[in-house]
Amino acid sequence: MAQGIDPIHQFQLHDLAGPWNIAGYEISFTNSALFMGIAVGVVTLTLLAAASRAALVPGRLQSVGELWYEFIHNMVRNVLGAEGKPFFPLVFSLFSFVLVANLLGMFPYFFTVTSHVVVTGTLAVFVVGLVVVVGIVKHGLGWFKLFVPHGVPMVILPFISLIEVISFLSRPVSLGLRLFGNMLAGHIVLKVFAGFVVLLGSMGLGGIVGAIAPLGMAVALTALEFLVAFLQAFVFAILTCVYLNDALHTHH
Amino acid sequence: MSQSTLVVAEATTEAPATGEAPAEGTAPAGGEAGHGTESTGAEGGHHGAFPPMDAQSFPSQIFWLVVFFGLLYLLMSKLALPRMAAVLNNRHKTLEADLSKASALKNETESAIKSYEKALADARAKAQGIATETRARMTAEVEGERSKLETSVAAKIAAAETRIAGLKEQAMKDVGEVAAETAADIVAELTGAQVSKADAAKAIAGLKG
Repeated sequence: MAQGIDPIHQFQLHDLAGPWNIAGYEISFTNSALFMGIAVGVVTLTLLAAASRAALVPGRLQSVGELWYEFIHNMVRNVLGAEGKPFFPLVFSLFSFVLVANLLGMFPYFFTVTSHVVVTGTLAVFVVGLVVVVGIVKHGLGWFKLFVPHGVPMVILPFISLIEVISFLSRPVSLGLRLFGNMLAGHIVLKVFAGFVVLLGSMGLGGIVGAIAPLGMAVALTALEFLVAFLQAFVFAILTCVYLNDALHTHH
Repeated sequence: MSQSTLVVAEATTEAPATGEAPAEGTAPAGGEAGHGTESTGAEGGHHGAFPPMDAQSFPSQIFWLVVFFGLLYLLMSKLALPRMAAVLNNRHKTLEADLSKASALKNETESAIKSYEKALADARAKAQGIATETRARMTAEVEGERSKLETSVAAKIAAAETRIAGLKEQAMKDVGEVAAETAADIVAELTGAQVSKADAAKAIAGLKG
């Protein structure tokens, strides 16, 4: 019982297969890896099922698939323009992976992949790294003019450039931590309130009456967490687009 | 949340006499200690750290993230998204074709209506032309007839007038003769003198003058 109420226990990793090692690193197949795989499977199967009938007037599943596709498609086109087309599969994959991982985490006893900072951080570093690579490939070293804004007096230019560099370097941090923090905090708070219900419920009649408030809170928070799950995936995707826009169109 | 209040309570019970500031100072330390014991108790000494921050699990998570995200990217870019795009493109094309067909049909309808209206207008104009022409012809005919009639009537009037004038003249002449005769008879009756007709006529003419 004590383990069930511990709000941190849900983030615990345990090996499902392994331990395996590559170059001295432990890469055992954990519950986190399992849920990454499930997320990939859910995304792929949903979309393939949605596209399988290819009806002119879409059914329910096909509508969901098309909505999903067009949501990201429009986002990429609006933010990046025509040049953003090659990045559409990437943004779509990021959005879908984060969204489905977040939503899978809403099921009781399921592991939330995005509640680990290393996962969100890796995705964020990958995005910002991609921005740097695309920027240099597209504009050469002239891309670094991004950090030297036009029309700034020479006196304060070094400071502005420093601030620009810091702001650029803080992007992966904020991008990764935002998602991680939202998922982690949401799940902890949910667990804490749910734990109150169990604790108070085991204390007899008075406790059961007292447990009504935390139960209502847990229900409300569950709804909120569904919103957050979608919102954070959306934020991750749109920030990826905004950052890529810096790499594609540098007009500072 | 409940934990931190518990810790603060512990800290205050540990140092009840020292007052506010020291209690606050000991609170974070107490909190950390509480957290440490709580987490080790819960995890049974598996890793010992807060799981999301446990660096020991990082290589495994990064490895599997790269594997599965790479897989997802491949599946999306090579399989799912092209199919989805084909579905949407197909619909877009069908709609476009239907719309263009509809607009072509609409254009056809409009041109048909236009030609019908033109034919109608032409027919109307023609009918009007015929009517005007007929009216003009009728008017001309009527006018001709009337002028002919008028001239013939005028000629007849003129002939009648000359005849009347002749008759009047004749009548006046006859009146003079009758007057002379009557005058001669009256003179003969009154005086007994025979007056010739010519004298009587002369005398009357003298009276008249």
